[in-house]
Amino acid sequence: MTKLIIILLSAVFINNYVLSRFLGICPFLGVSKKLGSATGMSLAVIFVMLMATAVTYPLQIFLLDPNGLGYLQTIVFILVIAALVQLVEIILKRYVPSLHKSLGVYLPLITTNCAVLGVTILNIDEGYTFAEAMINSLGSGLGFFLAMVMFSGVRSTMEGTNVPKSFQGLPITLIAAAITSLSFLGFGGVIENLFA
Amino acid sequence: MKTLQNFTKGLIKENPVLVLVLGTCPTLATSTGVLNALGMGAAATIVLICSNIVISALRKVIPDKVRIPCYIVLIAGFVTMVQMLVKAFAPALDQSLGIYLPLIVVNCIILGRAEMFANKNKVFDSAIDALGMGLGFTLALFCMATIRETFGNGTFCGMAIPVLADNRISILTMAPGGFLIFGLLMAAMNKFAKHKPRKKDFGCEGCPQAASCGKTSCGEEKSEEAQTND
Repeated sequence: MTKLIIILLSAVFINNYVLSRFLGICPFLGVSKKLGSATGMSLAVIFVMLMATAVTYPLQIFLLDPNGLGYLQTIVFILVIAALVQLVEIILKRYVPSLHKSLGVYLPLITTNCAVLGVTILNIDEGYTFAEAMINSLGSGLGFFLAMVMFSGVRSTMEGTNVPKSFQGLPITLIAAAITSLSFLGFGGVIENLFA
Repeated sequence: MKTLQNFTKGLIKENPVLVLVLGTCPTLATSTGVLNALGMGAAATIVLICSNIVISALRKVIPDKVRIPCYIVLIAGFVTMVQMLVKAFAPALDQSLGIYLPLIVVNCIILGRAEMFANKNKVFDSAIDALGMGLGFTLALFCMATIRETFGNGTFCGMAIPVLADNRISILTMAPGGFLIFGLLMAAMNKFAKHKPRKKDFGCEGCPQAASCGKTSCGEEKSEEAQTND
C-alpha cells in the first residue's frame, strides 16, 4: 500500500511528466492559454492514459512477451492508442454527447501526445505490477493536469505584461515554464523521506 | 537550385525546432549532453529520411482518409528498426536516450514533414527535404546541448573544461535549464533572423494543435502580440 502511495505521489510531483520528464510539451505550450481548454485537455489525457494502460499492459504481458515479440512494443502500443482514441471518441459521441462536446476537440490530438505513449512504455520498463501501472498512469495524468492548470494561471497573468519584442510569444512562455518547473524541483527527495 | 533550397531551408530558415517549434519534447529532454543530442539527432534523421522516402513513394497508393494511421504505422516500423540497431551497436546510447528513442514515433517533426512535404512531392525532393530538416533538428539540439553541457556540467562531449568544471551552473542540466535555454535561443533567433517566417506560411498541416485551435491558418494564433494588442 505504501508503495502505491509513493508511486502516485512521485508521479504527480517529483517525476512530473511535463515539468521534469519533458513529455507532452506540445499541448503544454499550445493548449494552456485558457483555463477551460487546459482542464479539458488534461481530463482527456487522464482518461486516455488509464484506458491505454489497461489495454497495453495485459497485451505486453500475455501476448507479446510469451511469444518473444517484445520488439513489436512500439508499433503495437501506438496502434492501440490510436484505435482507442477513435473508439473513445465514437462512444462518447453516441452515449455521452455533453462530455464529447467538452473533450471532443482534444481527443484526436492525444494520439500524438508523447505523454500517453511514454507512460505505457515506462510502465513496462519499470516492471510494475498491473495495480502499480494503473496507479502510475493515474498519477502521471494528475501531474499533467496540475502542471497545465498551474501554467494556464501563469500565462493569464503574463497576458497583460509588456515583453521585449524578441521575447514575445513562445520565448517568454518557455521562460515562464522554466520558473514553473523550478518550483517543482523543490519536491525532490520529499516523498522518499516521508515514508522512510 | 531548387534542390539546394529544399536542403538549406531546414537548417535555418525553417528550422524545425527553433522556427516551426516541432519536436520540443526530445529537444528539451536529450540536450543535456552533446553526445546524447547528436545520437538523438542522428536517430531522428534516419527515421525521417526513411519515412519521407517511403511515404512519398506511396503517396498515390495511400487513400487520403486513412493516411495518418498509415503514416504512423510506417514511422513506427522505422523507429523499431533504428531502436534495434542502436540497442545492438550502441548500447550506451540506448541507455542514455531511454524512453525517448521509441518516442521518436510521436515526434511531430516526422509526421509534420510527411503531411507538409512528402505527400505532395517527388521521392528525391522528399529525401532531400528530410535530410535538411533532420540536420536542422540535429543542429538545434547540438547548440542547446553545447550550452547546457559546457556551462551546466563543465564538460564538452565528456571532456572536462578547465575553469568551467569548477564553476558549474548545474541548474542548466536540470529541467528548468532546458526550458530557459530553449526560450533564450528562440528569442535570439527572433532577434537576429532577417526574414521572420510566420506560422501561416506553412499552414496548419503540421501543427499538432490544429484541431483545437479551429482556424484554417495558424498565422495569428501563435503570435501572442496580436492577442495582447486586441
